[in-house]
Amino acid sequence: MLSLLAVEIPYWGQSLLRVLGGLVAVLLPAGTIVYVFLFKMMSFMQSRLGPMEAGPYGSMQLFAEVGKWLQKEDIQPDNADKRIFRMAPIVVLMSTFLLVAVVPFGPDAWFTDFETGVFYALAVSSISVLGILMAGWSSANKYSLLGGLRAAGQLIAYELPMVLAVIGVVIQAETMNLQQIVVAQNAGSIFGSDIVGNPYVLTQFVGFVVFMIAVQAELTQAPFDMPIAESELVSGYMTEYSGFRFLIFFIGEFATAGVFAMIASTLFLGGWGVPFSWFGWTTMDSVDNWMNVAGPLIVFTKMMVLVFLIMWIRFSYPRFREDQLQRFAWKVLIPISLANIMVTAVLKVAF
Amino acid sequence: MTILNDPVSAKLGDRAQLSYIASQAADARLNVELETEGMTLNIGPQHPATHGTLRIIARLDGEQVLWAEPSCGYMHRGYEKLTEVRSFPQVTSLINRIDWLGSFANEVPFILAAEKLMGVEAPPRAQWIRTILFELSRIANVSLFLGDLGVQLGAITPVFMAFRDREYVLNLIESATGGRFHPNFDRIGGLKDDLPAGWIDETKVVMKKLRNFCDEIESLLFGNEIFQSRTRGIGVIPRDVAMQYGLSGANLRASGVDWDLRRDQDSSMAWNKVDFKVWTHPDGDSFARCWVRLQETREATKIVDQLLDGIPAGPVMAKVPKIIKVPEGEAWVSTENPLGEMGYYVVSRGDSGPFRVKIRSASFNNISITPWLLRGVYVPDIITILASLYFILGDIDR
Repeated sequence: MLSLLAVEIPYWGQSLLRVLGGLVAVLLPAGTIVYVFLFKMMSFMQSRLGPMEAGPYGSMQLFAEVGKWLQKEDIQPDNADKRIFRMAPIVVLMSTFLLVAVVPFGPDAWFTDFETGVFYALAVSSISVLGILMAGWSSANKYSLLGGLRAAGQLIAYELPMVLAVIGVVIQAETMNLQQIVVAQNAGSIFGSDIVGNPYVLTQFVGFVVFMIAVQAELTQAPFDMPIAESELVSGYMTEYSGFRFLIFFIGEFATAGVFAMIASTLFLGGWGVPFSWFGWTTMDSVDNWMNVAGPLIVFTKMMVLVFLIMWIRFSYPRFREDQLQRFAWKVLIPISLANIMVTAVLKVAF
Repeated sequence: MTILNDPVSAKLGDRAQLSYIASQAADARLNVELETEGMTLNIGPQHPATHGTLRIIARLDGEQVLWAEPSCGYMHRGYEKLTEVRSFPQVTSLINRIDWLGSFANEVPFILAAEKLMGVEAPPRAQWIRTILFELSRIANVSLFLGDLGVQLGAITPVFMAFRDREYVLNLIESATGGRFHPNFDRIGGLKDDLPAGWIDETKVVMKKLRNFCDEIESLLFGNEIFQSRTRGIGVIPRDVAMQYGLSGANLRASGVDWDLRRDQDSSMAWNKVDFKVWTHPDGDSFARCWVRLQETREATKIVDQLLDGIPAGPVMAKVPKIIKVPEGEAWVSTENPLGEMGYYVVSRGDSGPFRVKIRSASFNNISITPWLLRGVYVPDIITILASLYFILGDIDR
């Protein structure tokens, strides 16, 4: 990423830039998602206008909300395990920042270039379970406890189909490096036709569907939102949180949605790239430099499309019951994704 | 497939039998001496799912309910006592607030009881308008239920559709009566006013909108597989249990009992002048209750349409004295309100106000079945069952 700038930057400067870049890559999509989907799209689906007063067309509403939350009293329940209570939101948000570290945004625009990026991403995504469990346990509230336990059960159950769905992609791309997966998709071809490259959403469609369902569950969005379940558990593990700490949970929810969508677009929609055949590129090295600028925008666009899908489902479906959700994960998604791996492996050898 | 051979469950479907077994198992586990420590969860009085301040005390094992009991009275306003210090015309403004979503329907049985004691009868036009407003308040009430059902089950969109279309009905009620939620329009011997000009055409348009809303809800919620898996076989009330607990309204009809006071009772309302179907469902589960309400909303729009077509001309007020004194006597009148059977037992000692009024409100009886119904279910099912039983807190606590 930093080779773009023709100056020598000391190590601390590089680290600082990476942290700032990470902040932008997490918070900018989160803010956009909240405004575009939570405030506006949801309102239009429900025949109302949504926020209109703060800023032009209500676009500054999120800033107003943040301002409101920052002013609120920081309430901690008497019986709460105070230290754990304070740490929990940070842990949840941390997993989001760790996730974005491996998302490639352009041929040279990346934070880290892991050889085992897929493995790392799936591993750190489960850190948020810890935070949620901590929040649920430390709040000293029965609803929080139920919510936290539900969340833990759910996230662990859906981690598995997610991993299994990604294995199909890894088999096809022959690498676990996310950057290489992007290249493999855009430089690839389907039955000799390279007009759109080989985005794995086409050749790994089953994997894509399973992955998106698992993402929906990992994000605890409806129909998998029983950890929060506002009509049953008040607000689940977030019940006792207010003000700034609630804000972190809130931002974390949508930031994680954004980052998961980025990872999904990297794995299945060709990430930052456009089909290489359009510009006559063949390998990573022949990609023009302007892709470092266009790449983030392309990732962002693809992310918005996927988040739209997630939110669309969220706003229209009722929620499952906890046991139905587990049954769905273990009896439907996991067998499907195992079959997907088998078929992918056989076809990989055959072609 | 027959899982059990005992008489109560023999008539139930497979899924219903399984939930029956779960409730039996919960009963059995209560009496085991050595058990892991359960958790007592207070759902309410302040809780998003209780439509007010109902408190459910639930003993949980994990997420399974071993024992649950509703505790009501957090919103007791003493209407039965308050009516004793009001004159007859004043009472309607109080009892409006019992079931606040279908206010007009609360006034009618009381006024009918007072009329019965006085021996007056409202002129035909007043009876028809009363029936129309009664059905409109049913639509206003139950359409909100249909939307709220979505929220209780986690779908946030239907409730906004419900509020959007309920608004049209409320506008109608407001333009006819002057009151949006609490019309206070019914008088002994007739109505306060005639309908405003153009109201009939407007109402017909709105009824069409409401039928569209019902279709929308049917495709958005009732056709949804998640919704069906959440409600089918959950909270099954067999026919005889429903009758034993004195359920009424859609809750009773969903258990297969074909009983509707609008049809089965001879009252001075206009229901016997129109043709409508009383919907029942054999299953008795949460889905059946919701489905019956959906059909009833549709049926109510059709009733209103028919009534609007045949509305007779004439005065809306019978000849009654300026100062109303109700002769000594006792009268019981009940009607099929949006939530179920609602009745007033009015005792008069010949004064200007009632001596004693006993209010039989539907929700109070309907939630009395919850301890029986909630054994063995999971925490999310508590919400499904409460939502499908459909109570209004004002109607429970009065």
